[in-house]
Amino acid sequence: MSDPMAEIKASFFVECEELLESLQDALNLMDEGAHDDETINIVFRAVHSIKGGAGAFGLDALVAFAHRFETVMDEVRSGRLAVTPEAQRQFFHTADLLADEVHAARDGLPEPEAAEECLTELETLLGVPPGGGAEEEEVDDFVPMGLSFDLDLPDVDAAETNGPIEIRFSPHASLYAAGNDPYHLLGALTELGALDVSVDLSAIPTLDALDAEAALLHWTLRLEGETDEAEIREIFEFVEDLCTLEIAHPDVMDPPDLGELPAVESDPLLAPTPPPPPEPARTEAPPPEPAGSETKEKSTPAAPAAPAAAPAAEPVATVRVDLERIDRLVNLVGELVINQAMLSQSVSEAGLPPNSPVMTGLEAFMMLTRDIQDSVMMIRAQPVKPLFQRMARIVREASSAIGKDVKLRCEGEATEVDKTVIERLADPLTHMIRNAVDHGLEMPDARTAAGKPAAGVITLSAQHRSGRVVIEVSDDGGGINREKVLARAVERGLVPAEATLSDSEIDNLLFLPGFSTADQVSALSGRGVGMDVVRSAIQSLGGRISISSEIGVGTCFSVSLPLTLAVLDGMVVKVADETLVVPLSSIQETATLAADDIRPLGPETHVIQLRGAFVPLYDLGSELGYRSPQPSYEGGIVLLTAQETGERSALLVDSIIEQRQVVIKGLQRSYAQIPGVAAATILGDGQIALILDPADLVQTATGRTRPPQISLAG
Amino acid sequence: MTNDSAQNPSDEIELLSFRLGEEEYSLDIMSVREIRGWTRATPLPHAPDHVRGVINLRGTVLPVVDLSVRLGMPPVAGDARNVIIVVQTGAQTAGLLVDAVSDIFALPCSELQIPPELSADVARRYVSALTIVEGRMIKVLDLATVLPENSAEAA
Repeated sequence: MSDPMAEIKASFFVECEELLESLQDALNLMDEGAHDDETINIVFRAVHSIKGGAGAFGLDALVAFAHRFETVMDEVRSGRLAVTPEAQRQFFHTADLLADEVHAARDGLPEPEAAEECLTELETLLGVPPGGGAEEEEVDDFVPMGLSFDLDLPDVDAAETNGPIEIRFSPHASLYAAGNDPYHLLGALTELGALDVSVDLSAIPTLDALDAEAALLHWTLRLEGETDEAEIREIFEFVEDLCTLEIAHPDVMDPPDLGELPAVESDPLLAPTPPPPPEPARTEAPPPEPAGSETKEKSTPAAPAAPAAAPAAEPVATVRVDLERIDRLVNLVGELVINQAMLSQSVSEAGLPPNSPVMTGLEAFMMLTRDIQDSVMMIRAQPVKPLFQRMARIVREASSAIGKDVKLRCEGEATEVDKTVIERLADPLTHMIRNAVDHGLEMPDARTAAGKPAAGVITLSAQHRSGRVVIEVSDDGGGINREKVLARAVERGLVPAEATLSDSEIDNLLFLPGFSTADQVSALSGRGVGMDVVRSAIQSLGGRISISSEIGVGTCFSVSLPLTLAVLDGMVVKVADETLVVPLSSIQETATLAADDIRPLGPETHVIQLRGAFVPLYDLGSELGYRSPQPSYEGGIVLLTAQETGERSALLVDSIIEQRQVVIKGLQRSYAQIPGVAAATILGDGQIALILDPADLVQTATGRTRPPQISLAG
Repeated sequence: MTNDSAQNPSDEIELLSFRLGEEEYSLDIMSVREIRGWTRATPLPHAPDHVRGVINLRGTVLPVVDLSVRLGMPPVAGDARNVIIVVQTGAQTAGLLVDAVSDIFALPCSELQIPPELSADVARRYVSALTIVEGRMIKVLDLATVLPENSAEAA
């Protein structure tokens, strides 16, 4: 019994997330000035559905919170309360706390502390009597509307706990003939509640007259417990036609015993309400508290209309699947891609003519493989919208904490990204948003003085761009104060005092560990975990972060991420007869070295001169231990990689083979983390190639590019 | 001594024996998953000498240990006659590169003898038991000690 219940509860919480999402959407619409009935109804409905479901699971704290929120929203809906900007802000705050309440209920945590305060504020603001006034007298004002009743259904059970149910069960001979045993049926009934069994033996004749195959026993059962007729009928479902079954509720007309119900404490105002007629009450009644009774009275006549109103939010049919299964599928498709590459390689080695049936068939196979791969990757993809909504909350909380008026504008919420990427993006993005609120935007008076509107705007956007997703956080603040940044960096010893840095180099100082420009360490940011943490989090996702800023206009952080963590676009290169893959995202350009490009730096190192800039040269072959440094690098090919710091390095390879998508295979699970190596992949010939992590490689690299005095072996 | 070999003296144990140079070693066959022909392994940078590299085992990345180097002998040549024994202990799977596989035989566990302590010999560490089959001495390998160190610790 407990297991299915837990499942239903879990799906309730999943549904809550969806409801909270639509709640946020509607509030955003309201914030943008949409005060039409439908928008407000969506808010109301979302809160109401959460309350209804919570009631069914006896989540009293959540019910109480949602109820008071609902009551306020009801006032708004009926047009008695104007939505002022203050009220709007309070709605957002309350919605945030509602989300907290839901999460607290889900994880069994204590109720958020701010809840009561927030509700009181909300109610005071709107002049609603605290505690959720009852509106019985205004029942007539309600417009019939669609309500989601699916969550209310379990209440039906609650409404029928009122007394024992009497069941008369008379099996026919066919029931026994079909191999059923009343014992098991009765056993199943005892799981629903306390069962009182009495059997009628009067039909049994004396032994000489007994027909062994006749059905002579009749049972009268009294069942007490939280159940209803449907549940009982379900038990008898398979023997329905093989017996006579009567289910009666001897006590059903008794006034409901409110004390037993898993709802909020009964309101005295409820008392005058006449006991509802049993039939509609059983199908419609949410937990009997004041708002519930409105719903009941309102929706009973409108019951047929309810499904008609629902299609507005009709969801696309979906299936919930374990992530593990999808990952397995993703892996299998990865195998398929590798196998297909191996097959095409051996076919081309077989030297078949290009238009032979095998070749054309193989081409079709390749296209299919590609399509399958894309579709499978799409399964893991999710819209960034929930992530952006979390950020909206961060903006609200962060801005109110430091007294700035901030609006968040979201663009491209429907952009889909791999689930893992989204999950691991939450922390860095939170950081960036907080930074934008705290450091990016000026205080309102400074903004007014600069001729800007007092309310700052932070824009959060997502879009697909050439096979990657680009997420941008931009603000319309004062831009980066480069003098201040440089002064701070010098003060902290991060750059030498006499250094002359370009604008973008100064901007990139923000990514150095332990950097903070806020004059005061605020509660919000500036705690030492800064943009360097953001940068490393983004990099660990295979992403890049860049910064652009204009004084007086604003700052923009741009994060570019791979769409998936399962495949990667790489450049396949040869180094000392080994095949390696370098992520395309880390390569800026490639170049062939001419003799005067290469300049010796130290006794064992070189730099290359590239359009007036010097870039350190690393010989991949010797850094990875494949060979000793070469006597000459003239004519060598280098890959120019840039880190997010702007620090560049030239990686020397023997040749570039191709550019292709490779399936990422983790190395850590089978071996261990290798410095400079991100992962491995399987090439078309079945061989494993290592995928490099240039940033990591350069960190541990020696930079030795000239034959050393002592042997390298060892 | 984590090998399952010398657990219960009344049980029989099946051993897979293989050649490393002139020596004959064996493994509990229960830890052997498959035997593969020689494939060139992709070398791993910064790896110890006995880690030959990684190979593609039906889509998974399998580290390969040159058992000969691991036991302090010259490396296995690496040609078509050599084989890779794919072994598993716990969650760890690895390939052992050996010269050739020679035999599979069963014997009672009671015939396994604890090898004497000779600290001068590096290979002693990796041998959990000795036995005599048809007049030849065969060393039973302690698998956990020969796998790549970090993974053996993790397993």
